[in-house]
Amino acid sequence: MAAVLAVAEARNGELRKVAFEAVAAARQAADASGGGEVHAMLFGAPGISARAEALGRFGADVVSVVEHEALGRYSPEVFAATVAERLRASDYRAAFFAASAEGRDLAPRVAAKLGASLASDVTDFELQGDAVIARHPAYTGKVIVTLRLMGSPALLSLRPGSITPSEQPRTARVETMAPAMDPAAARVTVTELSAQISTRLDLGEASIIVSGGRGLRTAENFKLVEDLAAAIGNAAVGATRAVTDDGWRPATDQIGQTGRLVSPDLYIAVGISGAVQHLAGMRNAKTIVANNKDKDAPIFKIADYGIVGDLFEIVPRLTEEIRKVRQNQ
Amino acid sequence: MKIAVCIKRVPDMEMRFSLASDRKSLDPAGLKFEMGDFDGYALEVGLQLIEKQGGEVVLLSIGPDGVQETLRKGLAMGAGRAVQLKTEDVPFDGLAIARALAAELKTGGYDLILFGRVATDTANGTVGPMTAELLDLPCVTSISELDIADGRGTARRELEGGAETMQFSLPAVLTIDEGIARPRLASLKGIMAAKKKPLEVKPAQLGEPRLVVESMTLPPDRPPGRIVGEGADAVPELLRLLKTEAKVL
Repeated sequence: MAAVLAVAEARNGELRKVAFEAVAAARQAADASGGGEVHAMLFGAPGISARAEALGRFGADVVSVVEHEALGRYSPEVFAATVAERLRASDYRAAFFAASAEGRDLAPRVAAKLGASLASDVTDFELQGDAVIARHPAYTGKVIVTLRLMGSPALLSLRPGSITPSEQPRTARVETMAPAMDPAAARVTVTELSAQISTRLDLGEASIIVSGGRGLRTAENFKLVEDLAAAIGNAAVGATRAVTDDGWRPATDQIGQTGRLVSPDLYIAVGISGAVQHLAGMRNAKTIVANNKDKDAPIFKIADYGIVGDLFEIVPRLTEEIRKVRQNQ
Repeated sequence: MKIAVCIKRVPDMEMRFSLASDRKSLDPAGLKFEMGDFDGYALEVGLQLIEKQGGEVVLLSIGPDGVQETLRKGLAMGAGRAVQLKTEDVPFDGLAIARALAAELKTGGYDLILFGRVATDTANGTVGPMTAELLDLPCVTSISELDIADGRGTARRELEGGAETMQFSLPAVLTIDEGIARPRLASLKGIMAAKKKPLEVKPAQLGEPRLVVESMTLPPDRPPGRIVGEGADAVPELLRLLKTEAKVL
């Protein structure tokens, strides 16, 4: 019975949500192919092995821990060589990565080392005979491509949030594995990891996003957007390209064709006219709310609910009303 | 410094797409093409580097003869010469593409090989790091800041809720994110000069694809939205709809 591998992502010694998603996806794939084992790989500085057990909760049978002083930060060459070595060592049906900044960097390196098929940023998958079938949004979300991955192992990177990990508790066997190359010999090294905004919810992981555009007029007025997000609670803050180009917000906040492509349950667009480049990044949100002073703004064409009028009156009122709702919940 | 920039010709994403009868590809009728967004940033980074440090930018693109138009645009922006790796069909599989690029790049003696972070059409973001692996070169992906000096580089890449700074040795493969440098517009002089710059055509030595398109679908259009009202007085009705109809609050 072929096993399925999951690479569990950690940062600063803690497992990330996408780590559980990768393990849960591997569990689904293993169960669909007759109940093979799920093997998780976990890289980190000494002490990371304390996190291994948690992966068992979501269905990992074995956790291979690669602990090393130099691996508290991502090391692309060491990670890739070690994952490839693991996949070569046994008969794996598939391997799951997160389509995160780290996973999108790692998975193609491993695929090239093995000559394996790789589907990126996958939202859904199934096993079909010897092949794996994966769905992948392309053309800025305007086309959904169904892909056939041939050969074993098939590699998939999963779009964060596309799978809801359910607990499948089991006691994982924890093994240690040595890095497949000397980390000191790596030609690429991370010299600094800054997480100045780590307390903020990531756009890719948020179920609600409040986003601001030029209609806010100044960087300071973005406080209205932040206040609304804070009132809602579990909401992230995004921006249009015009806003990030002007330096009102960091480039990483940009939602659009050249920024992040997001699909939250609720997207609230404030002072956003709806340029095609922005719509490309958010049109797959489940529910879209827009506020703009121009009733003919293109954003209203794709918004489920629109309010026409002055955002400086409407947004504070919305924030206030949502605070009331939250207090009663 | 010798820099290769790999660019892709992609459909203009502002268009409305329809599917071809095989439902595995886009209907080519009426498609307009352009250089991939991120490839434009990569080219700009390459051009700025040779302006400061001297050298040459060589463009590579895989595809049918239509890519020559995209290559000429890059030449007009300031690249020295271009190579078309010719194939009628560009595969979806990043590894097949990476094999063709690596075959051409391996003897080129490049100090840097630049890619856009992701092609806006296939949205895989895999060809850069795969090419690096095939060439056994160091690679940093999704770079938002870059500094090259004395045969070494420092790059910053954005993460979810943070950023990391990476150091690497040259030669190297880099993929470029938005925000690093805005692509220049070609000058009239550049456009005239581009017509005379060398553009070589070679067959693409694509690998056997192991990732193939089974089918494509177009997501359904969003149902038309509605204006709940005007001004702050519409807020309570909006909240009611979000709670009882959309059930998202």
